[in-house]
Amino acid sequence: MSNLPVAQLLVEADVAREAAALDATWRDKSGVWGWLCAVEQKTIARRYIITTFLMFLAGGMEAALMRLQLARPENALIGPDRYNQLFTVHGTTMMFLFAVPMMQAMGLYLVPLMVGARSIAFPRLNAFGYWNYVVGVVFLYVSLFINMGPDTGWTAYVPLSGPAYSPGHRVDVWAQVVTFTEISALCGAVNLIVTVFKMRAPGMSLNRIPVFVWAQLVVAFMIVFAMPAVATGSTLMLALDRAVNTHWFNPAEGGDALLWQHIFWFFGHPEVYIIFLPAIGMITPIVETFCRRAVFGYTAMVMANITTAFFAFGLWVHHMFATPIPELGQSLFTAASMVIAVPTGIQIFCWIATLWGGRPRLTVPMLFVLGFLFTFINGGITGVMLASVAFDKEAHDTFFVVAHLHYVLIGGGLMPLFGAFYFWFPKLTGRLLNTALGKLHFWLFVIGTNVTFFPMHILGLNGMPRRIYTYAETTGWGTLNMLATVGALTIALSVLVFLINAVRSWFSGEHAGDNPWDAAGLEWATTSPPPSYNFVHTPVVRSRHPLWETTVEQPVVTGLRSDRREILLTTTFDAQPDSRHVGPDGSIWPLYVALCMGLLFIGSIFSPYSVLAGIGISLIGLFFWGWQSTQDVEVERVALPDGRMVDRL
Amino acid sequence: MHSFFDPASPQARAVAGLWWWMFGVGMVIWFGVFAVAMYAARQPHGQRGPDDLEHVSPERHRRMERVVAGAVFATILILCAFLVYDFSIGSVLAMHPKRALTIDVVGHQWWWEITYEDPNPSKRVGTANEIHVPVGELVQFKLRAADVIHSIWAPNLGGKKDLIPGYVSTLWFKADTAGVYRGQCTEFCGMQHAQMAFYIVAEPPVKFAGWLAAGSIPNPPPTDSLLLHGRDVFMQRGCASCHSIGGTDARATVGPDLTHFKGRAAIAAGSLSNTRANLTRWIQNPSALKPGVRMPALELSPGEMNALVSYLETLK
Repeated sequence: MSNLPVAQLLVEADVAREAAALDATWRDKSGVWGWLCAVEQKTIARRYIITTFLMFLAGGMEAALMRLQLARPENALIGPDRYNQLFTVHGTTMMFLFAVPMMQAMGLYLVPLMVGARSIAFPRLNAFGYWNYVVGVVFLYVSLFINMGPDTGWTAYVPLSGPAYSPGHRVDVWAQVVTFTEISALCGAVNLIVTVFKMRAPGMSLNRIPVFVWAQLVVAFMIVFAMPAVATGSTLMLALDRAVNTHWFNPAEGGDALLWQHIFWFFGHPEVYIIFLPAIGMITPIVETFCRRAVFGYTAMVMANITTAFFAFGLWVHHMFATPIPELGQSLFTAASMVIAVPTGIQIFCWIATLWGGRPRLTVPMLFVLGFLFTFINGGITGVMLASVAFDKEAHDTFFVVAHLHYVLIGGGLMPLFGAFYFWFPKLTGRLLNTALGKLHFWLFVIGTNVTFFPMHILGLNGMPRRIYTYAETTGWGTLNMLATVGALTIALSVLVFLINAVRSWFSGEHAGDNPWDAAGLEWATTSPPPSYNFVHTPVVRSRHPLWETTVEQPVVTGLRSDRREILLTTTFDAQPDSRHVGPDGSIWPLYVALCMGLLFIGSIFSPYSVLAGIGISLIGLFFWGWQSTQDVEVERVALPDGRMVDRL
Repeated sequence: MHSFFDPASPQARAVAGLWWWMFGVGMVIWFGVFAVAMYAARQPHGQRGPDDLEHVSPERHRRMERVVAGAVFATILILCAFLVYDFSIGSVLAMHPKRALTIDVVGHQWWWEITYEDPNPSKRVGTANEIHVPVGELVQFKLRAADVIHSIWAPNLGGKKDLIPGYVSTLWFKADTAGVYRGQCTEFCGMQHAQMAFYIVAEPPVKFAGWLAAGSIPNPPPTDSLLLHGRDVFMQRGCASCHSIGGTDARATVGPDLTHFKGRAAIAAGSLSNTRANLTRWIQNPSALKPGVRMPALELSPGEMNALVSYLETLK
């Protein structure tokens, strides 16, 4: 008995030595060069989160400027040319440069931790995706500042966005910014799919995956199917129409103006769920943690996610009810649009059932969950209303739709995201966000959102169309618009409170410890912030809530080498240990290739030949990228906790 | 006067009925579900075990499963009711009338070209931005776009339809209350999308018939020397290269038909009331009032301007 403390000390010393060795292997190199070559999963994800948040601030400022212009009838603050750029860049930023990448960035940070992996499947591809996204961000905002911002709406309907009615390069900017988002979203999606399927901790069979990880997996597949549609539409057909005078969308030459809308919305409607599903995936761990019980109806929730993803691809025509397409076809899309309310309803009922059986602590993340319910349910109901062809023909393209889509995206996307910030901020930074400021932020945000967007329903039905920079006093829209502007400024204030809270807490917040909420997920099993290698020992999972297991001992995997970036791969269904994989180290080539691709796409606006040049210089980079990541690979035997020996690579 | 809540046609009334039904049901669901969620968040129900986790008894869990299944079932029922109601209205609205007064509407950046076709070309009536319709009669718009996509919607009369280049779409309604109903383009169509309004003037059939008959008869040529001068300015200083005036040599169709220009209540697609002062300001510098507008500013001397405006004012 007396030698136990000594053994304990020896074990701890072993762990410390192992940790130091792992850190030496996994850490990105320091210095500017090391910063540029970084591939560490959490480093890239952190940069992603910060950049996308800056995009949220930029998109928000554009919204505030628009609201100031619309506050009074016949206001002379912003002219039509600027205003049209503002609403286009606002939509493009929020959809392509904030919402989708932000949701994915949260996944890129959290998913490997949640499944107990050392890293992400393809770290260099991940870094490439990020740099590629940054090129798109810089491109859009430089264009806006030199008065070359796109001005035909984030939907860029042809023929308005075609060469005849949008000469110059503004729409080209839009088409290529979308390209950058497509590429980085696809990089992230592929990474997440492989990480979830092949890199889960042993024992985390498919039916034990956290709901958030399921949501990210489903969305990654949606991205793989949806993004190619818009890539074909914008990067290929629209860009070709504009650059080399093809006539895909030109009715005068046998093209079809309506074809664009089909292609765009085949992507555009799933896009909403690409934002919404990860967000509601964030709600489940928050509800579970603060009710201190497993979520009610895990299987139903996962199936609801998958069903939503399928139906999301069958609704796109409800954006086109006012076009001359056959009525019988329209009613099919009405029915489909209503059906999709069912899986969402199931999830909401399951959360309420979880709350009902629990004893919820109303922390700031939980407040945002309630804010989500209040705001999103309204957006969902107006969504069902808009599924009706007869009603949609009234409300389509009016402020009613503006109200609806903001209720859905703020309620169903931003509210859960803010909740998630409060919930996972301690994991990312090691410090807690301030609760008092958090509550202030919450109340200002919920009130601001409803004061801004609720009046817009009435404005829309009173005849106010979307995307107008001014309106006459005789329309009678002045009062409600002023109210909406006051609400928008309240939202701006709430975001400012959040910013202050985040910056203050990052530097001087209360220390969080590994698991401040006593949550159940694997991400809380490591330090806050997690080390470069995520876990000293890969954990072994025996239930859906590993950290709520009552046994004292947490089994782990040993035998992975710490002197190289070795990763344990497991089988797709049961997560049985399968083989080992050696991850690549840091490299400059992802950045180089991202810049070359940037030249390719941006150059293509000015000369089609830059595509050839861009491909040429990218190939050089890809050659070195592949060269560097080929490492010495040797077959080796490794012992697993169940005693099996594995020697495949 | 300009609102979906104040329907003036049977079609708009039917949709408004659907709306109020959806609104009522929606409000009950919105506040109902949220109230249940708040109640659940406030009330302690479960029992915390020695592991500090909430434990729910199997009976309780089963009961909850039944409640959730019931809620899902109720959702489906409500959606079905909704679908049936919607389809019953939709099928009525989707029927295309066999006989109706057909009016051609062409969307331009940024004005509406209106034509009342007639088998006899001399009876054809062309106008812009103001559509006269008879009360109590079916009216069908034949919609086309000249450049980009536009969308027509008069909230009081109901329905909205896109005007898409390469397609002909139709929209029909029957105004049952006389009045002037405003609408504006709802599909973003470029710089001046915000100022592309129109008025639908619903008037008794007799009055409408009179208006239509008068529409095909051009104004007699002016005799006054000032007005003759004004007409010469119109013909020689560029106006006639875009606009047409019935009974004269001006036959261009780039801009609105001005045959009975003074009979319209507004100019510049509903942006300004049709007064002499506004007309003068407009002709002097259209871009100052409607930035981006296709109509150029003409360099006219004060005398020419006075004559031109005086002439246009006679086109009743």
